[in-house]
Amino acid sequence: MTTTGGPDETLSVALRTEALEQLLTERGLIDPKVMNGIITEYETNVGPLNGAKVVAKAWTDPDYRQRLLDDGTAAIKELGFSGAQGEHIVVVENTATTHNVVVCTLCSCYPWPVLGLPPSWYKDPAYRSRIVKEPRTVLSEMGLDLADDVQITVRDSTSEVRWLVLPERPAGTEHLTEEELVPLVSRDAMVGVAKVGAP
Amino acid sequence: MTAPLDIEGPAAPPRSNGELVFAEPWESRAFGMAVCLYEAGAFTWPEFQAALIARIAAWEAGADQDQPYNYYRLWLAALEDVLVGLRAVSTDEVTTRTHALAQRPQGHDHRDHPDDHDHPH
Repeated sequence: MTTTGGPDETLSVALRTEALEQLLTERGLIDPKVMNGIITEYETNVGPLNGAKVVAKAWTDPDYRQRLLDDGTAAIKELGFSGAQGEHIVVVENTATTHNVVVCTLCSCYPWPVLGLPPSWYKDPAYRSRIVKEPRTVLSEMGLDLADDVQITVRDSTSEVRWLVLPERPAGTEHLTEEELVPLVSRDAMVGVAKVGAP
Repeated sequence: MTAPLDIEGPAAPPRSNGELVFAEPWESRAFGMAVCLYEAGAFTWPEFQAALIARIAAWEAGADQDQPYNYYRLWLAALEDVLVGLRAVSTDEVTTRTHALAQRPQGHDHRDHPDDHDHPH
């Protein structure tokens, strides 16, 4: 591995990014219009709303829920969500007695098509190391206090498996439709650092 | 590492979904370049990911901790590693171009002119 240590470290990383983009554009390796389209897509269209639609459908359609648990990527694609980092999505279900929480200990693997790009805390070294060692404490610090008899499983995402949590449907929402459930589902609940609250 | 979670700072866990996707414009360019090259078939995602893991591991091992942890800085370095490995660019070329850009007169920084993005450099 090369390093970029030395005098150039003092130059702004923004300039270095721009320099690389210029060189790649001049060599025809990237098309700025295509690249701008990708950035706009991830800034505006790809986000946790997609995952919330998946969860709300799973809550209201038992057949879909089963397909989602059997083959996450395929069931998610049924709703039109696919693309980079959308391969190998495995969905795990949180219940009253079992709680899954997702991390990527080595980098920041994350199911982009359903959650968008990861938030800064997901990429942070402290979260990535501590959630494995002391999940109950970290979840509590993040505002989620779980009873001692709830079993916590930490799911480590990799390029082979990207985990998505199917949160527990909150009590008191039995009368709500799929469309009404969507806004209740937060990104944090689909990573497993929060629960879905009743409206 | 047992550093506490940053509850207040830029890495603080958000309580809502409202966080900006990119903190600064260059982060979006670094992200977009990697995805654009990947979608064009320049490299596979596991290849890029291995380079990113190596950069993150090096930072966490302390070799690079004179710099605060910045995910997209490591992302950019990983992208350079992959591209240098493919001989698409060299580290010296990128450094030379970076110096040239730093010499631009004030007011020619195109980050201030988002509507003028396609002008030749």
